[in-house]
Amino acid sequence: MFESLTDKLSNTLRNLRGGGRLTEDNMAEALKEVRTALLSADVHFKVVRDFIDRVKAECTGQEVLKSVSPGQQVVKIINDELTRLLGEGANELAAKRPLKIMLVGLHGSGKTTSTAKLGLFLGKKEYTPLLVGCDIHRPAAIDQLETLAQQESLAFYSDRSARDVSRIGKDALKQAKQRNADAILFDTAGRLQIDEELIEEIKKLRAEVQPDEVLLVADSALGQEAVNVARHFHDAVQLTGIVMTKLDGDARGGAALSMKAITGVPIKFAGTGEKPGDFETFHPDRMASRILGMGDVVSLVEKAQESIDQDEAEKMAEKMRKADFNLEDFLTQIRQVKKLGSMESIMGMLPGMSGVKIGDKETSRFARTEAIILSMTPRERQNPNLLNGSRRMRIAKGSGTRVSDVNQLLKQFTQMRKMMKSMKGKKGKKMMRSLQAQMGEGKGMPNLPGMR
Amino acid sequence: MLGLYRKFKEGLSKTTSRLFGSIGGLFGGGELDADSVDSLEEALYGADFGVQTTEEIIGEIQEAFRREKELRARDASAIGGTVLRRVLKGSEAELLPAASPPTVVILLGVNGSGKTTTAAKIGYRLQEEGSSVLIAACDTFRAAANEQLKTWCERLDLELISSQHGADAAAVAFDAWQAARSRGKDYLLIDTAGRLHNKANLMRELAKIRRVLQKHEPGAPHHAILVADGSLGSNSIEQARVFHREFGLTGVAVTKLDGTSRGGALVGIYRELGLPVYFLGLGERAEDLQPFSVDNYVNAIFPAEPAEAESRG
Repeated sequence: MFESLTDKLSNTLRNLRGGGRLTEDNMAEALKEVRTALLSADVHFKVVRDFIDRVKAECTGQEVLKSVSPGQQVVKIINDELTRLLGEGANELAAKRPLKIMLVGLHGSGKTTSTAKLGLFLGKKEYTPLLVGCDIHRPAAIDQLETLAQQESLAFYSDRSARDVSRIGKDALKQAKQRNADAILFDTAGRLQIDEELIEEIKKLRAEVQPDEVLLVADSALGQEAVNVARHFHDAVQLTGIVMTKLDGDARGGAALSMKAITGVPIKFAGTGEKPGDFETFHPDRMASRILGMGDVVSLVEKAQESIDQDEAEKMAEKMRKADFNLEDFLTQIRQVKKLGSMESIMGMLPGMSGVKIGDKETSRFARTEAIILSMTPRERQNPNLLNGSRRMRIAKGSGTRVSDVNQLLKQFTQMRKMMKSMKGKKGKKMMRSLQAQMGEGKGMPNLPGMR
Repeated sequence: MLGLYRKFKEGLSKTTSRLFGSIGGLFGGGELDADSVDSLEEALYGADFGVQTTEEIIGEIQEAFRREKELRARDASAIGGTVLRRVLKGSEAELLPAASPPTVVILLGVNGSGKTTTAAKIGYRLQEEGSSVLIAACDTFRAAANEQLKTWCERLDLELISSQHGADAAAVAFDAWQAARSRGKDYLLIDTAGRLHNKANLMRELAKIRRVLQKHEPGAPHHAILVADGSLGSNSIEQARVFHREFGLTGVAVTKLDGTSRGGALVGIYRELGLPVYFLGLGERAEDLQPFSVDNYVNAIFPAEPAEAESRG
């Protein structure tokens, strides 16, 4: 359904053998594939051209390694180059107190939400944020920011009667002093980069409040337009950073590369969900894999780590080792897997995979298993051997399932326990070692940090 | 109705000729050379047509170029127009009334695509055409979404069923339908919360709205419109694909084309999914939402002199 770039490149470079060299000729077809991959990730065509030239220069003359396929080798070169380009520059906010930040961007890019998220983020870093509503154009935009500020218990200021945004800015700075706020965030109205009147408005605001940071908030699904947007805003208000939003979608996010390459403005933050906490510092390596269509595997692993309680997991591992595993533990395990979210939402994080439909059946099976275990008494859960016919009947009735479902679950459980017992001995250790060895030699994806 | 059409034509041609001027400018009177094919390719990618559509149009132009060495450059523009017109044939959608009122129109889309604004603008347009309209605020998730719609409705004198933050969107839709029926409204417009298409649970919430509406009227919603941000790239196609699969769309509206964006993704959406286009959003004012016209769109992108193109065949 969806061939990875590595596969495609391996295919175009199949005639190369270890010891040969990468040349302009044998690279031509491969570079065409890279070009298509970047263009379909919405990278600006001029940026694509420059990037391809650079990769060509980088690759030409390199010896084809024997240990990996030429396709993998080229992908690694591209991935590294992309990561370097995306990550260039100061990705941190200016270390100042008070810290004044202005957020600008197109309509619907997520400025108001990002203002609240950044406020919360700075709040956790021992700042006292003040959110300032400067969007006097979109109906109810100020209400939206105020509601978000209230939800997160952040200070908020705006003046709904003001017709002049720089007035709001000026008053907000006074307010910040009075309230001892040392991070002042100005949420501005969405505007087109070519709307001179509105651009004049943020220029005036910038002159009035003298921000330390001017952040462009940009939708990660932006198309070729991204370049015009970034360039115009940069010319008008001298951007100091970019916030990529809606990265929880499945857009490949080529806009990030376009904007970075054209303006040189560093990308500082990423919005990764609808909740105010879904906001993080920018990771160029993940963005690079994403643009190349290799999926944001690292975020996936992190999500798994966040959802699974570390202590619980260790306790479980210990139990498994001792083969001392009862139905109570089984239940805990099921619940942890459920916390990860449905398989669908996990698959959704991989580009091109949001179309895959799985999960509902699995999810309902989890729910049924949970119901069955919950219909047992604690004693029964700890000692499943107690479960005779009449107990099983009672459990089936209590959980709204059939006795055959209960039997099936118990059979599954017994098999699991048997397997754990067999892992206990010497033979088990050997098995584990070979398993580990297999996992360690993960093939295919170059430069994947953090996979443990 | 005729007057309205004229207004639209003027509006679109004025805006789009400014917008798309840069592409038209590639075709002077000289000969089509490799360079102009290059710049044509750039322009098509630049308009977010996407890899597939761009390659097809370029392919056809190059083939014509090979057949007739003397092809004048502006004929290439005509070929481009012909190919695009063929690709977009049948892509104009209309808000036809249902057999029995209210005609239910639901607006869907990802966050920030412009659903709420588009709902208000469609309401205004229908009302100007003499239909009665009720708008239902079913975005119960985003902070102050209800207030935003309310302000629009007051401005444009539209009737609104508002909702509480956090309320069940399907329940609001259910009540709104009843209200529209009992007040004898011709159209019911439903604004929904923005959601990314890869969030399965949020997509299921939409399915619930449909189920609940169908308890009233099995044919509802009669029009399910994806509101797509015209400045986005190829992801719009993925958005349309998933919304279509999960909910069943009848078409799209492409917003925010008053900048320098060209909304070329609509071509990809129509090619791949067969979803026609209802409206283009060409500005911030209520009357800037215009019905989609293939001719105007194509002419705006490939401004050709038809007489000459025809005579050369």
